[in-house]
Amino acid sequence: MKDQGAPPEASVQVSSKSVEDRRLRLVNRTMQLYRNEAHALIETLHAVQESFGYLEEDVLKYVARTLRVPLSRVYAVATFYHSFSLKPPGEHTCVICMGTACYIGGSGAILDALREGEGIVSGETTSDGKVSLLVARCLGSCGLAPAGVFDGEVTGKLDSEHVLERIGRWRGHEH
Amino acid sequence: MNIEDLHQIARIEKSKQEGFQHQIHVCVAAGCLSCGSGQLKEALEKEIARRGLDTWCRVKGVGCLGLCTAGPLLSLETAGIFYQGVKVSDVSDILEALGGAPVERLICPVNSAFFRRQVRIVLENCGRIDPERIEEYMAESGYGGLALAVSQMSPTEVIEEVSRSGLRGRGGAGFPTGLKWTSVAKASGLTKFVICNADEGDPGAFMDRSVLESDPHRVIEGMAIAGYATGASQGYIYVRAEYPLAVKRVRLALFQAERMGVLGNNIFNTSFSFNIKVRLGAGAFVCGEETALIASIEGRMGRPRPRPPFPAEFGLWEHPTLINNVETFANVPPLIRKGGRWFAGLGTEKSKGTKVFALAGKIMNTGLIEVPMGTSLRDIVFDIGGGIPRGKEFKAVQTGGPSGGCIPGQFLDMPVDYDSLAKVGSIMGSGGMIVMDESSCMVDVARFFMEFCMSESCGKCAPCRVGTRQIYDILCRITGNLSGPDDLAMLEDLCDLMKSTSLCGLGQSAPNPVLTTLRYFRDDYLSHIHDKRCLAGACKAAREVA
Repeated sequence: MKDQGAPPEASVQVSSKSVEDRRLRLVNRTMQLYRNEAHALIETLHAVQESFGYLEEDVLKYVARTLRVPLSRVYAVATFYHSFSLKPPGEHTCVICMGTACYIGGSGAILDALREGEGIVSGETTSDGKVSLLVARCLGSCGLAPAGVFDGEVTGKLDSEHVLERIGRWRGHEH
Repeated sequence: MNIEDLHQIARIEKSKQEGFQHQIHVCVAAGCLSCGSGQLKEALEKEIARRGLDTWCRVKGVGCLGLCTAGPLLSLETAGIFYQGVKVSDVSDILEALGGAPVERLICPVNSAFFRRQVRIVLENCGRIDPERIEEYMAESGYGGLALAVSQMSPTEVIEEVSRSGLRGRGGAGFPTGLKWTSVAKASGLTKFVICNADEGDPGAFMDRSVLESDPHRVIEGMAIAGYATGASQGYIYVRAEYPLAVKRVRLALFQAERMGVLGNNIFNTSFSFNIKVRLGAGAFVCGEETALIASIEGRMGRPRPRPPFPAEFGLWEHPTLINNVETFANVPPLIRKGGRWFAGLGTEKSKGTKVFALAGKIMNTGLIEVPMGTSLRDIVFDIGGGIPRGKEFKAVQTGGPSGGCIPGQFLDMPVDYDSLAKVGSIMGSGGMIVMDESSCMVDVARFFMEFCMSESCGKCAPCRVGTRQIYDILCRITGNLSGPDDLAMLEDLCDLMKSTSLCGLGQSAPNPVLTTLRYFRDDYLSHIHDKRCLAGACKAAREVA
């Protein structure tokens, strides 16, 4: 099951030039807003991540050229901050909160269950490219501990069964 | 905009609100939104329109009502009734009960200690006004503090008022705010900046998020007053990208404030001009440290630098810069309106005013509270918080996040203020308060925080980069029952070394959770080391992995 499907990179590389241009529009707008000044780097990387889903190497080079920042610094900033990812994300994203309240509430056990059930740990994508698993430091939804985010939708009071069931549905198999 | 206009807007808004016989406030802060308060609000609006009640009944989305554990919450302002755990199917019952007897099964007791014992300054508008409308903030005397400051007070008088109030920084360290403002005001240079630190990175803390989501204009007004007092004309709000709703509401609030003319040039027809921009964090805990935060705003890696020189003299783009926390700024407008003496009347001798706490963990009433400084831990945990669920035993309360410590039961009667917390080895921190019961192993808790600090260490200085890793490894060995007899001594040595030689606050305070648990919960360690057994029974998984 897990070995089926194309590797996630493939779908991004085949994107045609016109699609690329449309995705660059938000990036260009952000840089222009800051008059292409170097201090716009982090804001620009946010824009890249928003429209591309991750930080593509070619786009990073383009950003470095436009803002006149050494590529080494772009790479340093891109890897320093946890929000940025150099790998393309899966079709769906599951974020499990590992803030103190969620940890005390048992989010560690949920991650263990995901490792055993789906074979992924934080930062990884399932081999069929369907689901990426991320860990958040604190969603600030401590009142709902343990909490998680499924494709942008915050859900509270999670347990392992519920999470496995949701991920199973995304991957198209039942548990 | 002049002061007359401000009063006019407030008057119109007030009379508009008084036109409604019933106002239903639905909490639309992140906590309740994730239990479905968005759909609830929509359903209420639709049903009210369908029944033709919209001339005398209004639904309003408001900020955090506090008791996050019972969401979605709604309140009927005029009747003083709170409903908890409301579902879309309850809508018609609620509407039918308007003006009559309330819906029994949904009632949330407002006379309980959770609501009764709170004193609200920072949160005074939370849950009462619509955070997406500047007019509602103005109707609650919003921007009145700024108007008073720029038109009737000199910058020095504003700072004197802040100093008189005894307000201390709410970000954790408790530096006197008046003193900070004085040094920025005195610093030479024409260009100065005001930064609001909204990079709330402590896991288990959500006070700043709630304030920004529920009452963003309060923070903007506080920053503008600070700008006037220190001579700055540009401000930045550095907010976590992980808080999308807070970012959206702050951006909207800034847009409204500019359009109304309470930000921009010649504010209230004076020569004072002030603008604010939003900068997004990108997920780095260390950026809560002021010099790292400045580096991040400049578009660089968020790494701290040695101080002095302090940002007050040499900050953003090498200009004098004032950095305060969200809650500190949120305290400023009422302090200016009502005077420093009024503020100083609350709290203890050295810690004035109130403090907002985010109560979470093994506690009945999870949520956001604001209490006067000096309230005892017992009152917070057992009275306001409602105690520990499922009849379990209290074990510790953790304050200050990864930089703070675990406080045991013997200090429950201690007043909560900056100095008392420091005395027992913890810190106030930004206000996260996590309660733990007997099922938590304190070595595991220490390991959890050390793992956090290890991955958040920026790597610039060796004591923090290497020390966090070494301490983490030892704690893993202990929880996995693989430790040797020397590990405890080594642990203490390393903590001491990190505390005294790290470059910034992250490294200096990272050993606090370890040191406090070693001091108060030594049995948890000894049982793991000598008996190869977890006293709380929490570390089974760790042993299997090891």
